[in-house]
Amino acid sequence: MSLWEYANPVRFLRLSAKAQPVLWVAAGLSLSLGLLWGFFGTPDDMRQGSTVKIIYLHVPAALMAINAWFMMLVASLIWLIRRHHVSALAAKAAAPVGLMMTLIALVTGAIWGQPMWGTWWAWDPRLTSFLILFLFYLGYIALWSAIDDPDTAADFTSVLCLVGSVFAVLSRYAVKFWNQGLHQGTSVPVATGGRTISDVFFYPLVLSMVGFGLLFIALVFLRTGTEIRQRRTRALLARARRGG
Amino acid sequence: MPELGKYAAEVLSAYAVSLLLLAVLIWMSLRRDRRAKAALRAAEEGRDA
Repeated sequence: MSLWEYANPVRFLRLSAKAQPVLWVAAGLSLSLGLLWGFFGTPDDMRQGSTVKIIYLHVPAALMAINAWFMMLVASLIWLIRRHHVSALAAKAAAPVGLMMTLIALVTGAIWGQPMWGTWWAWDPRLTSFLILFLFYLGYIALWSAIDDPDTAADFTSVLCLVGSVFAVLSRYAVKFWNQGLHQGTSVPVATGGRTISDVFFYPLVLSMVGFGLLFIALVFLRTGTEIRQRRTRALLARARRGG
Repeated sequence: MPELGKYAAEVLSAYAVSLLLLAVLIWMSLRRDRRAKAALRAAEEGRDA
């Protein structure tokens, strides 16, 4: 079976109905376990004290904020190249989830930064690129709402998504591009495999990251289904109006 | 409850805000989906009538 078969809305909804219960349960379990383990079962950090417990929210949310945009980028490219409506709707569905993840990363970062850096906010490369990513999410959602024709909206938002990808990349690699600012380098570099945190913090963090990832997938499945149904409803109502 | 020391307010507020935002996101997504299903059902019934 080809992946492209799921570009058919009916097939996608059938897959989504089967996958969602598993995804919700797996997301709930891994997220609860990761956060409970991190909050109750890990010690304070030598330098950061108990604020290290914020890592189990901040890092997974930041990771998903960037990955959500990349998922939207892939879906937008599929729309632009192959004109599959489900992919455009999946990108639209992912945006509010990515926005919320970015907001959580920004808020928890500010709360963590205040006692550690002595400030809620600094115009640091990573913080600034994350704020711009947040604004791109808002702009993307606003653009979808501003255009009546869904295909035109999908075209324009896909182009915006391509432009915003620059900032998604910057959000991830800002610390490397400009070796300055308050924000530390990544604690779990995926590419190199090396890490700068000890096992006692690492394992609950991984579980929490898996939980956030699964929650994102479950929400995107749910919200894409909603978009498909709303599109179908609009089509039926338009047909009824023409017929009447 | 673990001993959070002088950073208790920061840690607890980070968890409270994040869990609240996640709960709002999930609740709004489920509510929107329920409404979309109901609207589609109504439109299909109207078509079949």
